[in-house]
Amino acid sequence: MQPFEYLAPTTLAEARELLKTPASGETRILAGGTDLIVQMRGGARQPARVLDIKWLPESQRLQLDTDAIYIGAGVPAAVLCEHPELRTEYPGVVEAIELIGSMQVQGRATAVGNLCNASPAADSVPALFAAGAAARVVGAAGERWVPVEDIPTGPGKTSLAADEFVIELKLPRMPARAADAYQRFTPRAEMDIAVVGVGICLSLDNAGLVTAARAAICAVAPTVLLAPEVAEVLVGTRCDAAVLEEAGARASAMGNPLTDKRGTSTFRRHIAGVLTQRVAGVAYQRASQPGVAA
Amino acid sequence: MSKYHVTTTVNGQSVEFLCTPTQALSEVLREELDMIGTKEGCTTGDCGACSVLLDGRLVCACLVLGTEAEGRSIETIEGVAQPHQMHPLQTKFLEHAALQCGVCTPGYIVAAKALLEVNPDPSEEEVRYWLAGNLCRCTGYDKIVRAVLDAAAEMRGAAQ
Repeated sequence: MQPFEYLAPTTLAEARELLKTPASGETRILAGGTDLIVQMRGGARQPARVLDIKWLPESQRLQLDTDAIYIGAGVPAAVLCEHPELRTEYPGVVEAIELIGSMQVQGRATAVGNLCNASPAADSVPALFAAGAAARVVGAAGERWVPVEDIPTGPGKTSLAADEFVIELKLPRMPARAADAYQRFTPRAEMDIAVVGVGICLSLDNAGLVTAARAAICAVAPTVLLAPEVAEVLVGTRCDAAVLEEAGARASAMGNPLTDKRGTSTFRRHIAGVLTQRVAGVAYQRASQPGVAA
Repeated sequence: MSKYHVTTTVNGQSVEFLCTPTQALSEVLREELDMIGTKEGCTTGDCGACSVLLDGRLVCACLVLGTEAEGRSIETIEGVAQPHQMHPLQTKFLEHAALQCGVCTPGYIVAAKALLEVNPDPSEEEVRYWLAGNLCRCTGYDKIVRAVLDAAAEMRGAAQ
């Protein structure tokens, strides 16, 4: 591993000051480290400085407020998965996070890290897109809230400036009669990377008609894709078989999936359709039966 | 490369060490603190041989920087046995011949102990899922799973 300077600010003001200070090379942000430390050891990333954001109190926040749920950039997956209210409210986000790596990886990996690592196959990211999450971006100049779908721009690349980082995520409180779901396809059940993954979040009215829908797909394009063309098919319906078939067909047409060792492009398109049908069905079922989601 | 002074707690004892920023916690334990029970396998977080608890949370020590240990509490394989008394998991690993070369064993013991602390009565499936982040290239896993289930049963019996 190339030598670097380890920075451990304890306030956001201090972090901003550090990011303003010129460095001899790149500054990387350390959250759970399950991607960054591997990349640094392998030489794929050779930062001059590593800024550990876990000493910032804001990064440790996991809070269910009246208006929103806040998930700090330093909160490990294991803590999110153990949170009963979060699992009841966002079963899709939690089941997506739960799929990432081993128990050991879960003890360190974070949702913000999964987003900012910008893997096209990141499991939690379609669920976060579908949830309508926003990222609080802190930079040398100030801070702003950004829809999560605007963060990844390509494999390992984000829209964040060199002096910016994400300190926390904000998820809207789930309305009554609404729920989300996430599924992925992998050749083995555990410790694998998604061949394709689909996240869907649905809101229903009292008659059981979908009033709002968001869908996202991973591993069919250089970034996770928000899928408005899939979501719009579901709105105004009860997600019956014909609707799901059309939603699946639209999902299969999306992106430009690679052929690699995990599957061919044709297979990925097929699986995107199958998963979209299943996930929309699960989200609809959960939204129809609030309180039994987990 | 400048060194960082870190104060931490390892197996209940306050410990100070100097490390470079590039040294992982696994390297610090083995090279600076002479605690070689924690093994280094893949150094990419895939094999679980370096499993330790960081503030009670199961992690791969190869994916933690030594500098991150400041003020934290670390538990390693060296803290599992009591003086002159092995932990039931260690006894059962011997009884079931759940190890051959032994490199993966400390990681398995630490990970399995963490499981039994949150779930004293796991199913076989739960054991297999929990231990999916630990790789063994000798045993074929079955003996390890049986040893963990047997240790869990014995610990439940002792607790009654």
